[in-house]
Amino acid sequence: MQNNVVLSMRNINKSFPGVRALQNVDFTLRKGEIHALMGENGAGKSTLIKVLTGVYPKDSGQIFLNLNSGLKEINVRSPYEAQNLGISTVYQEITLCPNLTVAENMFIGRGNYSLVNWRSMKKKTAEILKKLNIPARATQQLGTCSIAVQQMVAIARAVDMDCKVLIFDEPTSSLDEQEVEKLFSLMRELKSRGVGIIFITHFLDQMYEISDMVTVLRNGELIGEYEVKDLPRVQLISMMMGKDLEDVSTLQKRKISDEKSDVLPIYEAVGLSSTNCPNAFDFKISKGEVNGFTGLLGSGRSESVRAVFAADKITDGRIKINGADVKIKKPKDAMMHGIGYLPEDRKRDGIVEDLSVRENIILALQVMKGFFRPFSRAEAEAFADEYIKLLGIKTASMDTPIKSLSGGNQQKVILARWLLTNPQYLILDEPTRGIDVGTKVEIQKLILKLAEDGVSITFISSEIEEMLRTCSRLIVMRDRKVVGQLKGEDMTQDNIMHMIAGEAVQNG
Amino acid sequence: MGNGLKKFTRSQLVIPLFSLLLLVVFNLIRDVEFFSVSIVTNNQGNRVLSGNLISILNGASAVAIISIGMTLITSSCKGQDISVAAVAAIAGSVFVSVLRSNEITVPVIILAFLFSCLVTVLFSTFNGILVAIFKIQPMIATLILFSAGRSIAYWINGGATPTVSSPLLSSIGGFIPGIPIPSPIIIMVMFLILISLVLRFTNLGLYTQVVGINEETAHLNGINPILIKLIAFMISGICVATAGCITVCRIGLINHETLLLDAEMDVILTVAIGGTALSGGKFNLYGSVIGAYIIQALTVTLYAMKVPSAAVKAYKAIVIIVIVMISSPVVKEFAINLYKKLFKKQVGTNIPMKAS
Repeated sequence: MQNNVVLSMRNINKSFPGVRALQNVDFTLRKGEIHALMGENGAGKSTLIKVLTGVYPKDSGQIFLNLNSGLKEINVRSPYEAQNLGISTVYQEITLCPNLTVAENMFIGRGNYSLVNWRSMKKKTAEILKKLNIPARATQQLGTCSIAVQQMVAIARAVDMDCKVLIFDEPTSSLDEQEVEKLFSLMRELKSRGVGIIFITHFLDQMYEISDMVTVLRNGELIGEYEVKDLPRVQLISMMMGKDLEDVSTLQKRKISDEKSDVLPIYEAVGLSSTNCPNAFDFKISKGEVNGFTGLLGSGRSESVRAVFAADKITDGRIKINGADVKIKKPKDAMMHGIGYLPEDRKRDGIVEDLSVRENIILALQVMKGFFRPFSRAEAEAFADEYIKLLGIKTASMDTPIKSLSGGNQQKVILARWLLTNPQYLILDEPTRGIDVGTKVEIQKLILKLAEDGVSITFISSEIEEMLRTCSRLIVMRDRKVVGQLKGEDMTQDNIMHMIAGEAVQNG
Repeated sequence: MGNGLKKFTRSQLVIPLFSLLLLVVFNLIRDVEFFSVSIVTNNQGNRVLSGNLISILNGASAVAIISIGMTLITSSCKGQDISVAAVAAIAGSVFVSVLRSNEITVPVIILAFLFSCLVTVLFSTFNGILVAIFKIQPMIATLILFSAGRSIAYWINGGATPTVSSPLLSSIGGFIPGIPIPSPIIIMVMFLILISLVLRFTNLGLYTQVVGINEETAHLNGINPILIKLIAFMISGICVATAGCITVCRIGLINHETLLLDAEMDVILTVAIGGTALSGGKFNLYGSVIGAYIIQALTVTLYAMKVPSAAVKAYKAIVIIVIVMISSPVVKEFAINLYKKLFKKQVGTNIPMKAS
């Protein structure tokens, strides 16, 4: 057994200012094993990988790697050194050069700089591509391949560099189902060649499908190493979240049934369209209702809610708030009418990365209050403090720049920003994307709690289960058009799928 | 206490203050007399303060004032306005042309100043429209007035370089009778107070930074990025007019070719030394002002060391390289690591330091 070990990390410690990111973490990887690394955002998965690949220096601990002569302690100081030792990483974002050919990408930065034998390079590349069954040509420009193929080229590059440990950091986030399947078969192929694979993912299904072992981290501490086939899902989730099992299951059972169709809608739009959402649609939501837009990626669900918030230029439509005609031409108008909007792309549209958590929290309310009426420092600090506590935002202090928080905590800051404005209608576009299971559950609970308090919510999520759990009405979209609505008993996964596919819905 | 120190070392003011301190210490070692301030009687018969310190504070005023506007533009537009010096020449020309067509009295001076403010704000807004609405790179957009500005200034006074002289003007450019501090310093302090009040009682600072860091977020949170950028350019216009008029008052004539020549580069450097990234985002106005004093102190030091004026720029360049280097993130990280290593050795940790 011991001989099988490719990589062993012992008692790894790593601190950042104000946070102990890793505390005495052990990790063992064996030959030909797919080993999943699971944990919430901020659990220390990325930090562990970055310590392993030399991005961060470790504070203390030892790393052993099986170099041909047996286990030997290594001291990795840069990703380049890690690569030379046989530790390679495949990221969700492609880190190769899209404007070079596949062959060039395979060999760039390796060995001889002065002389390039183009012919042998192409030949070798073609061989590797064929061997690993990757659908790309050596002379093809990398940028013209799909993301999945680009990822595979990155993998092929690592394999060709004789890697012993291959790390997959959320490789499947931007892939569709078929591509994931292809990636998995490639992973199995590598496994059979004896490569040790570390697999980081948020998707439980995928983890269960492919992994042999799983190491669970929580808050920088090692929870344990388990054989995947012996580990029930609920137990895994509860280990990751550190919450009682019951907590998760009660949430799953909960369902909103109260339909308030008789009351005046809080927001009502007729024939609304924007530059980004050219097909006019009607939409309304009543007090305390949670509804959702669903459809495939690119079906126009995000564009629709952006039109409601006037995030894009409004081209047509009549809008009523609480029954009264209003004009909403720009985001500020929507905000002044009590509408909040949490955007789909947190990094691009949500956070102001260099500013502090405090400034990020008060931003929207400050804008509503007006240019000439800034909050005093004390007021701002009181607000920030209140919401950091309320949502359990993990941050060293309220003056920390938001960019140094983990994804889930950044999302909570943006949520805090809108909760602070005390909205009557809140639009949440993919609030749970790219964040850990624990925060996901917290956010869903928060949605239900807000709805109980009378806030209307529009919720968009790629995970249909989440929407079924929280929404009482679903608006289904296809090809940038609303194709139907589902509520109550009709709201089932089957019906949604049929509607998206353009078939009749079966009642009952 | 320890926390306060930590906060301070992370603030953007560290490098500028440290550089200024270094210059002061260097001068103290070189010549203790360097900072001595004496009271002399000047040509107008006023008793005034004199010395290197005063000439540093006085000489930096124009650049310091322009750097306030430049900081706001840099932060919100992620670029620099290189036309400021040329527009200052326009402001000076307008100022002189109004003064010369009237008898010089206090109301006329105020009118002339306001008029030149109006003109520069118009020119700045032109720059701002190119940058904010047409999304042209700031440096390219302002290149237009950078080249054309001094020609426009030439036309305003019909190609002449007229002089204006009046005791009132020399009060603005030099000393007000009875007050021993040079007026440009007083104007600079007033300007700084005004800007602090604006930052304190409006959200200019927050909005500008949000627009500079993430325009899309600004838009989605109800801030109009175009408006904020235009405001930055307008404020810069007022700063430029003020600097231009002070300089005219000081030298008593308008020479469209030489007024604040090359000042735009000094101003940009000032902003950079002050801790504002030239790629926009977080800014520090006080840092920029300190930066202006650093550059002026450097110049005065070099003159005091009898460096020939033609060689001053080369020496300045060397010192600036050093300042820019120590504020680079690479050097900062190195310094932090070095500090950690030294600190750890003192404590005596049991981490095996294994060389591979």
